[in-house]
Amino acid sequence: MKETIVIVGAGPAGVRAAETLVEAGLALIVLDESARAGGQIYRQPPHGAERPAEKLYGSEAGKARAIHTALEQIRPRVDYRPGTLVWNCFQGKLNTLHDNAQGILPFDRLIIATGAFDRVIPFPGWTLPGVFTLGGAQIALKSQGIAIGKRTVLVGAGPLLPLVASQYLEAGAEIAAVLDVTPFKAKIAALQRMMAMPAMVRRGLSYLSKIRRAGVPMMYGVRSLAVAGDRRVEGLAWTDHRGRRHQVACDAVGASFGLKPEMQLADLAGCDFRFDELTRQWLPVVGAGGRSSVPGVYFAGDCSAIGGADVAELTGIRAALSVLEDRGTPKPQQLRQLETELARHARFRAGIEAAYPFPNHLIDGIDDSLMVCRCEGVSAGDLRANFVKSGAPEVNRLKSFTRVGMGRCQGRVCGAVAAEILAAKSGLPLPEVGRLRGQHPIKPIPLVAGKQS
Amino acid sequence: MFPDEPQFHRIVPRSGVRFAITVDGRQVEVQAGDLLISAILLHQSALRRFEFGDGYRAGFCLMAACQDCWIKLGDGRRVRACDTVARPGMSVTTGVVAVNGSANA
Ligand SMILES: Cc1cc2nc3c(=O)[nH]c(=O)nc-3n(C[C@H](O)[C@H](O)[C@H](O)COP(=O)(O)OP(=O)(O)OC[C@H]3O[C@@H](n4cnc5c(N)ncnc54)[C@H](O)[C@@H]3O)c2cc1C
Ligand code: FES
Repeated sequence: MKETIVIVGAGPAGVRAAETLVEAGLALIVLDESARAGGQIYRQPPHGAERPAEKLYGSEAGKARAIHTALEQIRPRVDYRPGTLVWNCFQGKLNTLHDNAQGILPFDRLIIATGAFDRVIPFPGWTLPGVFTLGGAQIALKSQGIAIGKRTVLVGAGPLLPLVASQYLEAGAEIAAVLDVTPFKAKIAALQRMMAMPAMVRRGLSYLSKIRRAGVPMMYGVRSLAVAGDRRVEGLAWTDHRGRRHQVACDAVGASFGLKPEMQLADLAGCDFRFDELTRQWLPVVGAGGRSSVPGVYFAGDCSAIGGADVAELTGIRAALSVLEDRGTPKPQQLRQLETELARHARFRAGIEAAYPFPNHLIDGIDDSLMVCRCEGVSAGDLRANFVKSGAPEVNRLKSFTRVGMGRCQGRVCGAVAAEILAAKSGLPLPEVGRLRGQHPIKPIPLVAGKQS
Repeated sequence: MFPDEPQFHRIVPRSGVRFAITVDGRQVEVQAGDLLISAILLHQSALRRFEFGDGYRAGFCLMAACQDCWIKLGDGRRVRACDTVARPGMSVTTGVVAVNGSANA
């Protein structure tokens, strides 16, 4: 039976899924918005800005090369379309945009491998020029050999924090402070679970020792953050876990608070979601073998639950095996091996989640004057006032009244925080205020549709 | 003469072709492989004005997700500065006014 199989995303998950299907002799289409394959972790700089893999990916250079090579090797046998945005999924069809040309692509099977995005919590000054996400700080370095400032403070709530700090130091950048908003004791308590993957723990410790040897102050349990400066970043002030105030001079801040799956396509495809108490976010329901609740739609990698790069490769292969199984050619032995390996990663991941609990205290501290939606300029006060006026404790209604999440980013940045603010104001548990429904186009497209492709 | 301070700093020098693009009428030097966000922020502090209030924006995520970095090219196209590579002869309008109050243009 001739089917159209489409993979969206060419990070480690999408590439491994594609490779597995090609090896099984299937034809498929790989769509990726990026100009070059590799996804976030194994991102390749634009042509002209290349550097040796060892410099770009450090200890992960071998894995990065393997992913890039895997795609090159299957390229003659797949229809790989870089630079192609998928902006909608509707009744078994994808809407695409490539080089200003609109396209419609019907599919029989779809593997979503769209990865993740930094989890953002607003703090005073977060919209000033010079404040970037932690991931953004890393991309500047990886993709361009550029530091986001002359003297940078990095803030985080996940393993990306010590990693980016050590990468900046390695490249010779000046780091003024490294601030973890989660408590140190959480790491101690989680250590045993993280030891499910001792090599990962050793890698994490090596980043920390790099920061220590460089003499950069590293603090845990940071309670509140505020950028100093009117027109651009001049410093960062924070309170520590004992309530003492600190301030350092800096001209850039890289801050974000964990990762959040890129799940808009899953939403538009009609997949079911569930509220995940541990990470306090809505996630797509992932069934056996990475299947979504919609027949023919599968998940691979960080787009349905954060697992990191190695898990992305494994779940990429798993999604492909599920496609094969659903087509009547199961590979039970390979699947069993994968599941065993994934179980070990899941224990490690549970340790990471416990080591970096979601920093609720930063949301509790959000003042009325703080801009929550940076696209449309909607403040926390606007959101709270609207709830009082309308009495509607539902985040999609909040959106229609205040425009929160209606801007260019479609709520990717602010949606979850708007729901947190609404829940706190209304006194309802977070899952009860709902979640912002995905809307197409999931990223801006030209108003006048260009040529058809 | 340009009083505004750059936001970005190149810490890993590389060889490669250098060329100029025009930012608000000013010629700035760029290297092959530079994204527009780099090309601009290596010379000034922001990419654009915030359209619904005071202040300026300089991008945020650098991964085509937040949509904070849309800028206008000389040919009328609007693009994301964080995933558009600078090409010889490009011109960009940012409307960013230098700290001392004078317009860059
Ligand atoms: C900024 C950032 C930096 C990170 N750095 C690290 C790191 O250093 N180490 C680490 O272990 N983990 C890192 N991570 C975690 C990362 O999510 C995983 O390690 C890994 O990259 C996940 O692989 P993936 O294949 O699931 O997704 P990704 O690698 O994110 O790949 C997803 C791909 O899908 C494409 N895509 C997304 N949406 C669409 C769409 N609508 N249409 C078309 N294409 C689309 C993207 O362009 C991208 O190429 C980082 C995450 C982020 C966000
Ligand atoms: S900086 Fe976020 S989309 Fe370009």
